[in-house]
Formats: sequence, C-alpha cells, structure tokens
Amino acid sequence: MATKLKPVDIAIVGLGWAGGIVAKELASTGLKIVAFERGAPRATNPDFMAPQVHDELRYSRRHELIQNLRKETLTFRNDPSQRALPMRQLGSFLPGEGVGGAGTHWSGLHWRWTEWEHKMYSGTVAKYGKSIVPADMNLQDWPIDYHELEPYYDKFEKVCGTSGKAGNLQGKKIDGGNIFEAPRANEFPNPPLTQSHNMVLFEQAARNLGYHPFPVPASNASRPYVNPDGVALGQCHYCGFCTAYGCEANAKASPHFTVIPLAHKNPNFEARTNSYVMKVNLDSRRKRAVSVTYLDAGGREFEQPADLVILAAYVFGNVHLMLHSKIGKPFDFQRNSGVVGRSYAYQSMGGVAALFSKDTYFNPFMGSGALGTWIDDFNSDNPDFAKLGFIGGGGISSGSNSGAPIGRRPTPPGSPRWGKGWKKAVVETYHRMTAVGNQGSVMSYRQNYLDLDPTYTDSFGRPMLRLTFDWQENEFRQMEFARGICANIAKEMGAEQVLSRRDRGRYSIVPYQTTHNTGGTVFGDDPRTSALNKHLQSWDVSNVFVVGSSVFPQNAGRNPTGPIGALAYRLADTLKDRYLKRPERLVSA
Amino acid sequence: MTDENNAEPKTVNRRAWLKLIGAGAATGVLPAGAAAANDSMGAMHHPAPKAASPADEPVPVYEFLNGDEAAFVEAAIDTFIPPDEVGPGALELGVAVFIDRQLNSGYGRGDRMYLQGPFIEGTPEQGYQLRMTPSELFRNGILDVNAHVRDKYKRTFDALSEEDRIAVLTQLEKREIQLPTVPTEIFFNLLYDLTMQGYFADPLHGGNKGKASWKMIGFPGIGVMYADKIEAYRNKKYMSEPMSIQDLL
Ligand SMILES: Cc1cc2nc3c(=O)[nH]c(=O)nc-3n(C[C@H](O)[C@H](O)[C@H](O)COP(=O)(O)OP(=O)(O)OC[C@H]3O[C@@H](n4cnc5c(N)ncnc54)[C@H](O)[C@@H]3O)c2cc1C
Ligand code: SF4
Repeated sequence: MATKLKPVDIAIVGLGWAGGIVAKELASTGLKIVAFERGAPRATNPDFMAPQVHDELRYSRRHELIQNLRKETLTFRNDPSQRALPMRQLGSFLPGEGVGGAGTHWSGLHWRWTEWEHKMYSGTVAKYGKSIVPADMNLQDWPIDYHELEPYYDKFEKVCGTSGKAGNLQGKKIDGGNIFEAPRANEFPNPPLTQSHNMVLFEQAARNLGYHPFPVPASNASRPYVNPDGVALGQCHYCGFCTAYGCEANAKASPHFTVIPLAHKNPNFEARTNSYVMKVNLDSRRKRAVSVTYLDAGGREFEQPADLVILAAYVFGNVHLMLHSKIGKPFDFQRNSGVVGRSYAYQSMGGVAALFSKDTYFNPFMGSGALGTWIDDFNSDNPDFAKLGFIGGGGISSGSNSGAPIGRRPTPPGSPRWGKGWKKAVVETYHRMTAVGNQGSVMSYRQNYLDLDPTYTDSFGRPMLRLTFDWQENEFRQMEFARGICANIAKEMGAEQVLSRRDRGRYSIVPYQTTHNTGGTVFGDDPRTSALNKHLQSWDVSNVFVVGSSVFPQNAGRNPTGPIGALAYRLADTLKDRYLKRPERLVSA
Repeated sequence: MTDENNAEPKTVNRRAWLKLIGAGAATGVLPAGAAAANDSMGAMHHPAPKAASPADEPVPVYEFLNGDEAAFVEAAIDTFIPPDEVGPGALELGVAVFIDRQLNSGYGRGDRMYLQGPFIEGTPEQGYQLRMTPSELFRNGILDVNAHVRDKYKRTFDALSEEDRIAVLTQLEKREIQLPTVPTEIFFNLLYDLTMQGYFADPLHGGNKGKASWKMIGFPGIGVMYADKIEAYRNKKYMSEPMSIQDLL
C-alpha cells in the first residue's frame, strides 16, 4: 500500500534540461515543488572528476550514465505485423538517467530550429502544394512559430554559454555564420571553438563548392564564462571525452550545475532522487490529476498529491506515463485515431568516411562533443523537395569529437577485422581517417508510433512501452542524396579514398545511432492530431503539462535540445503568467 | 607461432602464460627495428613497448575463468591480436585478465540488462533475445567451440596450431560453424568485442598494459588539455607519453 504524503503544489517528473529549467524558473514562486528523478543525484564533484571520468570503457561502452534497462525498457518491432520484443541491451539510443538527465552526457550541439522547421506542413504546402505530402506522412506544424520562441532560444543559449557565430543577426546575413538560420536578436554569448584540421579542410572544400560553412553552435564553452544566472562555466579543454561523459571542467553546459542548483536555493523546492514515478493518478472523472505514485530506492511505494503535474521524463517516459495513466486518447494504428504515442520520429546518421594520404594527421583525440563545421545548404527547406523527391533535409558536417580507440579504430573497407593484417591497417589508418556526416530529418508516419506492449512488463509490473519504427522511402531518398553531397565534399577536401555504403536496410535497434527521439505527445492546435495544446497542456487533463522532444510533431535535420530548452523556458512563463493565476484550460478545444 | 603445440593435447593457464612470455621476449628484441619500420609508414608515434622481463610478470590470477576457459581465452585473443613487429599482442597486454574481470563484473552478470521472459527469437533488427548474461553466454560458447574443435581436431582450441586457430575463428566469424548452445555470431562478437575493449581500454581494467596499444596507434591517452594545441597541431603529429587513469591519480 502506498504511503500518502502531504500535498504539494507542483510535481515535476524528470530532472534533465526540460525538468531542470522548469524547476528553476518555478522555484522562485515560493510554491512547494517536488521533482522526481529515477536516477541518482549527480554533481561535477564527485561524479565527473578527472582522471576517472575519462574512462572510455566505463562511460562510452558500459554506459554508466544511461538508463538501467533491468528496471525499465521498451519493446521494439519494425512494423505492426511483427511481434515486438524487448530491448534487452542498450543500442540505438541512450536515454539519460540521474540528475541532469542526458544533459550531463550530451555533446552540446545547440541549435535553434529554422522558421520552416517550426512550420513544416504549411511551409511545404505553400511551396509545393498538398499533393507532395505522402498519404501516410503526418506532416504537421508546431502551434507556435519561431518568433514566439526567439527570446527563449536566446535565453537558453546564454544560460549554456553557447559558442558560435551568428549568420542572421536581426535579418542581416553574415558570412561565416549560418546564413540559413532564422533571424536572431543577439550574437552568441561566446565565440566559436577552434577548428581542427579536418574542419579547416571541410570549410575550404564547402566554400569551393559554393556552400556556406559555419561553426556548429556548441554548448562547450570556448572561453571561461559566467552566465546571466551567475553560474561559471570553465573553458573547454577539447579533451575528447565528451559525448557520453560528464565534463570535469563545467565547460559543457548541463542542468546538474546550472539550473538545478539554482532551484535548490529555494527551500520550497525538493528533488527526490532514486525515485521512480510509476503513474499519474486521476480523479474519478479523469479530468484532473490528483497525485503521482512513485517508488523510492528501497522499492517502497508513495503517493504524492499535487495540484499540477509536469512530465519532463524524455520521450519514452512522457509517452509511457501518459499511456499508463490513461491521460489522453492512445493512438490506435488500425483506426488511425487517438494521439498519445502518435507521430514518433527519429533521425538518420549517414555520410561518408574519408581516407587521406599517409602524412595526414587529424589528431581525432583533440576535440569536443560539439566541435564541428557544418552546412545547412541541404537542410531545412533548402533542398528542392519536388525535384529531389523527399521532404526534409540534413545537416552536413565534419567534426572532431573523440579519438578514444575502443570506439574509434577505423580501417579501410576490405581490411581484415583481426590478426596481423588488421593491426597493420589500424595503425596505418588511425590518424588519416575522417568523416563527412549527414544528420537527416525524419518525418512522422502513421506506421511509426508508440503504444503499450500486450506481453512484456517492466520490473515494476507495468506494461512496457512498445516502439514500432522503420525507415520510409522519403528518408532513404534524403540519406542517399546527402551521401552524394558528403562524398563530393570529401573529395574536394582531398581525400584519397571516399568510403560509403548504400544502405537501405531496415532500422535496427542494435547499433548506436542517435538519442534524438521525438514525438508521441505532440503539441498542436487540433486535439485530433495532438495530445497537448500550444501551451503544452494536456487537452484532456488540464493540470498535466508535458515538455521535451516528445512534443515535436516530426524531427529536423539537427539536434533537438535547443528547442527543448526554449520550450521549457516558455512553459515556465506560461505557468507563472497565466496558469498559476487561473488554473484552467488555456485553450478551448 | 610454433608447431610444438601440435604435439600437446592440453594446455593449462600456466603453460599458456609461459608460452606468452616466450612471445613477449620475442617482441622484446624488436623495438628499435619496429619503430624504424613503422616510422617509415608514417604512423608510429612511439617505439613499441619493451616487454617486461619474465621475472616481473606474475602469473595471472583469474577470478572467473576456470583453467579450460582461461586457456581458450588466452589462445583466442592471441590469435585475434598476435604480437608482431607492428605492435604487441593481446595476451601480453593482459587482455585475458581484462576479459576475466569483465565477465565477473556487473556487466558480465547482466546487471543492467532486461532479462525477463518470455524469450522469443526475433529478427536481427530486434537485437539480443537470449536469457543468458554475457558471462553465461561466454561460458557456453567456449564449451561449444571446444566440443566442435575436439570433434574435428581431437584436441581443445588452445592446443591447436596457429593456422588451425585462425581457421576456426574465421569459420566462426563467417558462421560456417553452427554452435549448438549459443548463436555463433553472438558468441563470436562477444569474444571479439571484449578482446578489442581489453586491448584498447584504460589499463585500469587490466588490459592494455603499459598503454602499449595507445602508443602503437599514437593515441595520447587521457588528461591532456588540447585547447592550446588543436590549432598548433593541425596536420602535425602530436607526441607525448600517454597518461592513464592510474598515472594521474
Ligand atoms: C550521447 C548523447 C549525445 C547527445 N548530444 C546532443 C547534442 O549534441 N545536441 C542536442 O541537442 N542533443 C543531444 N542529445 C540529446 C539530448 O541529450 C536530449 O535531447 C536532452 O538532454 C533531453 O532533455 P530532457 O530533459 O527532455 O530529457 P532527459 O535529459 O532524458 O531527462 C529526463 C529525466 O527524466 C527521468 N525520468 C524518466 N522517467 C522517469 C520516471 N518515471 N520517474 C522519475 N524520473 C524519470 C530520467 O531519468 C531523466 O533524468 C544527446 C543525447 C545523448 C544520449
Ligand atoms: S571536450 Fe570540453 S566540454 Fe567536452 S568534456 Fe572535455 S572539457 Fe568538457
């Protein structure tokens, strides 16, 4: 039996960027707030201290900071005709766990999405007509546009000390920045990071080909920095142990040392760590949430009453909690109706490897998670969709992120995988291989969705979340087109050999690809195609709000956390300025 | 390696280890030449590590592997990554000790895997669906391979000639041998991944002794601040004595 606790005003589920930002912004209201985090407390000292934090086996292979699947995982299948089976080992994506969530171990590519990326449906139809949209594609607009989010994008960059160069300052295009970006009010808070050798080659090659290269906006601070909240960030060491690791220097912006400690300054804020939220409990009319049920580290069950519940438990946690708590209509694939679990999307990672002459030294170990040079010439709505036969695009880039050799020990194709020939190939290749990558957008489709599994339960006895996902023709075309561009750039960079593989295989849960999952609790203007209204409020249960990339209707060809942070800041303002004053539905259906 | 093993029906740890020391000593005479040879390939940053003298090397004590398993692992990793003039072999770098510790760790015991049923065979895209932890799988895989090898060659894997060991691993890799208990591909990949991990991981975990694999490829280890180097070393060879976790504690 659950122990019932004294009521609080607000319960937040999940303490990553999304939950951390909302916690920090609301804590100053004086309302009693409890944030639940299934993972452990984390602080730079002692959790991310050198030298132990630079342990490739522990963090990058054994995934110490990632979700523990023994407790909770999901089932997966490629299409609705198959039986879904559990993801028993980590692979395709690495959801975070612990205070700071995936923000402790992300890479730090910190984007604002373009104007079109907030209005993909209307933007596409205006240019190409309705007939360009395939019947099974759920192409949808965000219910708000870029300009509404701009101040929040700005705020989040300043909190993170993002290093970059503006390419569109108040409408003025600036060479060397991303001329395709939406207009920004301000320059980045820090100058770009220093380029590595492959990035210099990429930049030159892209320019030669008439493209517009620019430094990837990086929340790896290029210099010591104090953010507007008074939090100090150190200068990035380019240590090369960044993606999947915590940062000893506090140079990689993370909620665990920025927003979350600021929430803690308010005595009315409490974080309950090692506390797994099982369910949101509703009143008998299923119109209001009354409490959340959670288990502490010892497995004891508690019921925490709260007036307002904010789900910030990443895509899988948000959708699972909504479905298991029966908030909103679950998506039904057969009938193509319902919204919770609808429009799951992902991202494609492709491109080419490039082998240079024997005297080349890329020094791949000098780098940071977000260090890269990028072009948007084929991203967003810059490609000609009608001519190329796909909707969407991809960011094309070359970066220097890690030389740690369990993960990075390239050999040319055709080399043996082991034995003396392998060893010779590894030694000969290590320094002279680089890559030109494509990060491709993925649209949402009727047949790619999340629901509850009929067979498998997690260690707590809840039905597992079931993921049904496969690549679709639209995405294959984008990947193939981008691969050609990547190959041309690699040749122009002077590669002796460009190595690429045409791959139209099914999506596999096995190899790591990216933790850029989206959708499932989409926000929108129409309750038939969205679970949340434009204020991120559940259409059905008005004191439940949801934040994170689960609200994106489809994915873009760039990383998701910039808009996640911006939406979290906007949500906090919505709650402070409107909802908490009059707790009711903010949009009538 | 040598043919003398052909005559030996069975090898125990100790023997495998002595054999290794022989191999280590053999590479020990190579450093100068090896460094020169590799410099001309433009890829060698450091002279090959000097093999420790046999007297310094304690016989490895295994926590998890029994004698037969240890002999199998030692022979397999020595076949995957043999010592030669390019660089050290996996056995001399302690990769068997690494594998032993990993199998005995939370990872080996599957402590972060979902291991509840029902267990149903899926598609390759659905990934691992067995009820075995990595260490259980590993153990069963060794029994399977040794049974196959005993059948065909009348001896265990570790007692095969180098040529035959290469042949067996190649057949496993190509899935030409069907193991009865564990899927060939899964066992092969586990053995292979653990070997590579042990060879390249921080020496803290028992393999990569002397950071020798890092020196071989020119990876400068951990703890270097590159903020002031990334520009200066563009397209230039960067050399430093690699540091490991224990070096910096
Ligand atoms: C290796 C890696 C590299 C990445 N690099 C980039 C990048 O360069 N740029 C970028 O934009 N994005 C990147 N991402 C993605 C980025 O990390 C995420 O988009 C972002 O951190 C998500 O923030 P969030 O707060 O929505 O979710 P999370 O950070 O995942 O936080 C959710 C929290 O909720 C907790 N939780 C979940 N369920 C429950 C429950 N039932 N009860 C209690 N707590 C619960 C989780 O433990 C977690 O801490 C990367 C991700 C990974 C894994
Ligand atoms: S590369 Fe920079 S930001 Fe990343 S972990 Fe190292 S010091 Fe931190």
